[in-house]
Amino acid sequence: MNGYGGSILRVNLTEGRITRTPTSPGLARDYIGGRGFGIYTLYHEVPKGADPLGPENKLIISTGPFAGTMVPGGGKCDWTTKSPLTGGYADASMGGHFTAELRYAGLDSIILEGISPKPVYLFIDDDTVELRDAAPYWGKGVFDVEDEFKKKYGEEFQIAAIGPGGENRVLYACVNHDIGRQAGRGGVGAVMGSKQVKAIVLHGTKSIPVADVAGLRTASLALFKACKEAEMTRDWTRYGTNIVSSWCDEVGALPTHNFQAGSYEGAKTLSGPVMREQLVVMDKGCFACPCPCGKYSRLKKYKSHLEGPEYETVGLFGANLGISDLQDVGECNRLCDEYGIDAISAGVCVGWAMECYERGLLTKADCDGLELKWGNVEAVHATIRKIAFREGKLGELLAQGTKKAAETVGGGSEKFAIHVKGMEQSAYATHSATAMLLAYMTGDVGAHHNRSWAITYDLQVGRDKVVPEKVARIIWLQDFRPMFETLGCCRLQWVELGIDRDLYMPALDAIVGGAHTWKEMEHIGARIWNLTRLYWAREIEGFDRSWDMPSPRFYSEPPKSGATQGQITRLEDVNKLLDIYYEQRGWDANGLPTPETLKNLQLDQVVL
Amino acid sequence: MRLYINNSLCSGCRACLVTCSVNLFQENNPKKAALVLIPHFPEPGGYEMKVCTQCGDCAQVCPTEAIKQNERGAYYVDRAECNLCEACVPECLEDVMFVNTKHADTAWKCDLCGDCVSVCGTFALSIGEIDAVPA
Repeated sequence: MNGYGGSILRVNLTEGRITRTPTSPGLARDYIGGRGFGIYTLYHEVPKGADPLGPENKLIISTGPFAGTMVPGGGKCDWTTKSPLTGGYADASMGGHFTAELRYAGLDSIILEGISPKPVYLFIDDDTVELRDAAPYWGKGVFDVEDEFKKKYGEEFQIAAIGPGGENRVLYACVNHDIGRQAGRGGVGAVMGSKQVKAIVLHGTKSIPVADVAGLRTASLALFKACKEAEMTRDWTRYGTNIVSSWCDEVGALPTHNFQAGSYEGAKTLSGPVMREQLVVMDKGCFACPCPCGKYSRLKKYKSHLEGPEYETVGLFGANLGISDLQDVGECNRLCDEYGIDAISAGVCVGWAMECYERGLLTKADCDGLELKWGNVEAVHATIRKIAFREGKLGELLAQGTKKAAETVGGGSEKFAIHVKGMEQSAYATHSATAMLLAYMTGDVGAHHNRSWAITYDLQVGRDKVVPEKVARIIWLQDFRPMFETLGCCRLQWVELGIDRDLYMPALDAIVGGAHTWKEMEHIGARIWNLTRLYWAREIEGFDRSWDMPSPRFYSEPPKSGATQGQITRLEDVNKLLDIYYEQRGWDANGLPTPETLKNLQLDQVVL
Repeated sequence: MRLYINNSLCSGCRACLVTCSVNLFQENNPKKAALVLIPHFPEPGGYEMKVCTQCGDCAQVCPTEAIKQNERGAYYVDRAECNLCEACVPECLEDVMFVNTKHADTAWKCDLCGDCVSVCGTFALSIGEIDAVPA
C-alpha cells in the first residue's frame, strides 16, 4: 500500500506472542495514521473500564504517510493509550528519529498489549522481532540505557525507553528517545512500565513505497525551499522553543509562582538569547527537519549535558517555581529526562507543592525535610528524584499528579491545582486570554497546548473578548493542527515558520496516490476529535461539562503583578465560551456529540 | 566541483540522507544514501558527516570502468557495468563508496545531484570547487 510500511505489529506481552497484520486500507483512508490509528484501536480494542495500568490497556505507537519520507519534519509518531493520569484519552507525540526507523522496518504501528511476566525490551531489526531480557537495564536512567543499546547494536538503531519514573508508574511518566525527545504527556511511560517493557530498540532497512517518487521529490523540494526562505527560520532555529519566553513574559503568559501571575521578575535571565549564549552547544534536529528547534546544551555548573531546556521547562521549572538561572532549570530538565517523567506535569506538580508549602498546607515534615520555598533549587532537584522513585510522602503524593494530590491534601489546594481533566496545564498562563483558555479547557488529552495555540490570536482579537470567531478558531486548530502528527510529520514548520500549508497536499498525493485537500484532512481531524470525546464519555462515569472547566485560578484570582495585573476571565465568560464551543461543535449542553454530528462524521455506528 | 560539509552546522536531521536515496534509487531509504552521518554524543556533542570529495580514486581502480564522470564532472556508478567486485570500497578515504547487495545490485556513490544541499536547512552542506576552502 503506497505511503504505508504495510504492517501493524502486535505484541502480546503476557504470552510473548508477536504477530504482524497488514495495515487496513480502510483504516488508512478514514483515520490516516498516528493518533487516528491510536484512538480507533483504543476505542475498539480496549474494553470499557479497563485499568490504565492493567493488562487490558494497550499502548499504541502509530505514525502516518509522511514519516520517513522526504517531507520536511517527517519524524512524528503518536503514543496512544488510556491515561493513568486522567483516566481518559491520551496520546503523546514524539519526534526524533525513531519514527522514520519504524517505517524502514515496514511498520505503521506497534501495539503493546498484556503484561510481561518479567522486564523485557522489544527488539526489532527489519523482520527479526523479539522480546529480550531487560534485567540488565531495569532501574537505569534513560541516557545510560540508550547509550548501552547504541554500543551493543550500533548507532543506526533507534531507542525509545522508560526511566525509573515509568518503572515506578509515576502517573505522568514519559518515554524518552534520542537524548531529548519524548512521548511526554498523559503517562504513556507509566503504561509502558506497567507492561514491564523497558525499551523498544529499532532498526529497519526497507524503503517506503510511494505512488509517485518524482512528484514527491518536487513537492518536498518546494516545502524545503519554503522553510529555508521563511523569515522566521533563522531566529527559530537559533533559539528554539525558548524563543517565546521573553514574549510570554511581556504579554503575561509566562506561568509565575504556580500560575499566580503571567510575568516574572527573573524572566530576563531565562530568555532564548541568554540560553543560546550560555548553554547551547549545537542545534539538534529531528528527522528531516530544516529548522531544528532541539538544542544540545552543556551545564557547566552541573557538569552535565541535556537536550533543552525547551520553553515549557523554562516556564514551569523557571518562572513557575521562582528560579531564574537557566543552568538550574536545565538541570531540572535533565533530571526529568533521565528519570523519564514529563517535565510539564512535573513542573506544575512541584509548583503546586511549593504554593502548598508557602501557605502552610504542606509542612517540612510532609515534604520529607525539604523546604519547598519558591526558588529553592536544591529542594526542587531533590523533589524530582523523589517523584520518579516515589520516595517518601512527598514523592508518593506528587507522583499522582496535581488533581489527585490536591484531593489528598485538600484545604483549598484544589483551587490552585492547575490542570484540566487531571492533566497539568502547559506553560501558558491564561488569566486573560480567552481563546487559549478554551483551548486548554477542551483539549482532548487535558490542558495541553499542542492541539491549538491561540495567544497571538487573543491579542489580535482582544484578549478578554468572548466571541464566536475565537471559538471557531480553536475548533479549526483542533481539527487541523493534530493532522500534521496524524500524517507523521511535525507541525512547527507551519506554526512557527508560517509556510503555506497547501504545499503539503501535493506531497501527500505523491505518497499515497489520489488527490487530497486540507478540507478533507480537517474532516478526518473532526472525526478523530469526536471519537476521543466519545472515549472520555465512555470511560468517565458522569462525564459532563464540569470536565471542561479550567483551574478556578483563571476565573477567580486576578494576578497581583505583571502584564495581566488585575485581569481575569469572568466565570460567566468561561461558561459562555463552552456554550458557544458546544454549539459550534454540534455537541449537546453536556458536551457530548449529537447523533447528527456523529452521522456527519461517519461515527454513528460507534457504540458507547 | 564537489560537496562540502561544515560539521559545526550539521544538526543530524538526515534530510540529506533520505533525499540522496530518492535521487540515487528513487526510494525513500537513508540506508541507501551516499553520505554517512556519525553522531558524537554525549561528549563532545555533534555530528560528523562524510561526503564524497570527487577525488576519483574509486574510478581509478574500477576494473570494469563502471565509475564514470557525468556532465557535472562528478564520478558516478554506471549500474549496467558494475560487477560488485568491491575494489572501489577500500580505496575511498572518506568511506562513502558503497556496496551492499542486500540493498542494491550495484555499487553507489555521490553523483553531485545537489538535492542534499537544497534540503539542508542549516546550510551545513554546500557545493564548491574541488580545491576551494569551504564556506
